[in-house]
Amino acid sequence: MDDNVSLDFPLDHPLPRVTALEPPREWEALRERCPVARVRLPSGDEASLVTRYHDARQVLSDPRFGRTLSAPGAARLSATESGGAFSGEMSGPIPQSGPGHERWRRLLNRWFTARRMAALRPGIEEMASRLIDEMIGRGQPADLKESLAFPLPVWVICDMLGVPDSDREKFAHWSDAMLSLTRYTGAEMKEAGAEFAAYMARHVDAKRAEPADDLLSELIVASNAEGQGLSEAELVATGRALLVAGHETTANMIGKMVAMLLADRRRWERLLADRSLVRTAVEEALRFDANLGFGMVRYIDDDIEVGDTPVRRGTTVVCDLAAANRDEAAFDGAGEMDLARSPNPHLSFGAGPHSCLGQALARTELQAVLDVLLRLLPSLELAVPATELRRVEGLLVTGLREVPVTWKES
Amino acid sequence: MKVTVDQGLCCGSGNCVMLVPDVFDQREEDGIVTLLNPEPAAELHGAVREAADMCPAAAISVDEGK
Ligand code: HEM
Ligand code: SF4
Repeated sequence: MDDNVSLDFPLDHPLPRVTALEPPREWEALRERCPVARVRLPSGDEASLVTRYHDARQVLSDPRFGRTLSAPGAARLSATESGGAFSGEMSGPIPQSGPGHERWRRLLNRWFTARRMAALRPGIEEMASRLIDEMIGRGQPADLKESLAFPLPVWVICDMLGVPDSDREKFAHWSDAMLSLTRYTGAEMKEAGAEFAAYMARHVDAKRAEPADDLLSELIVASNAEGQGLSEAELVATGRALLVAGHETTANMIGKMVAMLLADRRRWERLLADRSLVRTAVEEALRFDANLGFGMVRYIDDDIEVGDTPVRRGTTVVCDLAAANRDEAAFDGAGEMDLARSPNPHLSFGAGPHSCLGQALARTELQAVLDVLLRLLPSLELAVPATELRRVEGLLVTGLREVPVTWKES
Repeated sequence: MKVTVDQGLCCGSGNCVMLVPDVFDQREEDGIVTLLNPEPAAELHGAVREAADMCPAAAISVDEGK
């Protein structure tokens, strides 16, 4: 253990980084010495940061922890007065816990089942091939994020929802604003939120008038059936949530996964030699990612214990999933990237009742992209040293600003 | 080996189905897990254990029996 790391409470969360792919030095010391730590959020409010695997899993699985940060005592996340994505209207109309949330989940789950995603996979691979061919056509060095990692998941989720992916620049702006911690002002976040809501409301109306073969249309039809479906406000909020959740995280993850695999090219070569490792390599990239973002925020209305630490009623808890994923108590050789790791019960998709709705889709996209890249561009390399990769700052979800790559012309 | 699932805990992640489609399935209407085969053949045991360990809702139990 690194005893030289000084911990000055409250620490600033998110913790500063030295290089883009490396975890902050404080994590290990926090897990060891202070698993439930006092931190200061960008808003200036204080919260408790959970860094151990088993503690994070406990918090995420415990229904007494709510996800609504609109409670008067709950911490605000961002530097703006409204407090950022989780306390605003983004999550507003969608029930956040209990039977209401379960009903919402079960209504949506059917569009994201493993078998549905398996049926989408050939189309995703075809799109990935096309985007890679276009990237090759434009010449090198190329930004893999802009050419592949971003457009692919946008296309997939737009296709599922039945909205035009030609609007993707708009979505990107709206979703950055919704996920802002420090980058946008409160007024900008509000304006982007209102534009996005109006856009989605128009789409819901259009689908209502003329249903097509897509998720939104089917949801509307299901909602017309008595007493089962979603209200107008829930439909619009669900459309926005799916569009944002469906592209931002996955786009970032594709970029980070490729960067991590190329940062030590032996990893890439191991996959070239044995393609059967693609599935476990994707899981390990999810676990090993030190940039999963702000963490999962919960609010507790009870006095409880997290691990051995008492947590008082009224505390806002932030579960740092990436720190938990590096916990030696849960993963042997947690600091090493082991492409064959199995089982790999990482927390990158969360745990418990809110565990990611789109995880089968995300896994399918990540596996498809990696398979196609290994096939079409085996000579892929980072165009800059991994230490020079730059992170996106100021958003709840983190990724790399760009992933510059080169390859050998064939 | 005997497998059981708790549909009340399951959140419909589909991960078990991706891992062992011969043993797990999801209900079409709400994505909740169903069991196709509670006593899977020996060659599937490793994958079933992995699915149980990775279930985000801890909804899969495996009794190794004898
Ligand atoms: C690599 C990509 C992804 C990562 C790392 C990721 C991560 C997560 C995490 C950690 C949660 C838990 C939130 C919490 O506990 O508060 C979550 C929830 C969610 N995710 Fe994802 N996600 C990804 C891709 C997707 C995709 C492709 C979709 C598709 C639409 C999606 C939709 C959702 C939704 C709707 C929720 C809320 C579920 C609920 O509250 O029941 N995600 N995601
Ligand atoms: S892995 Fe667990 S939560 Fe996911 S579908 Fe299977 S039983 Fe349900």
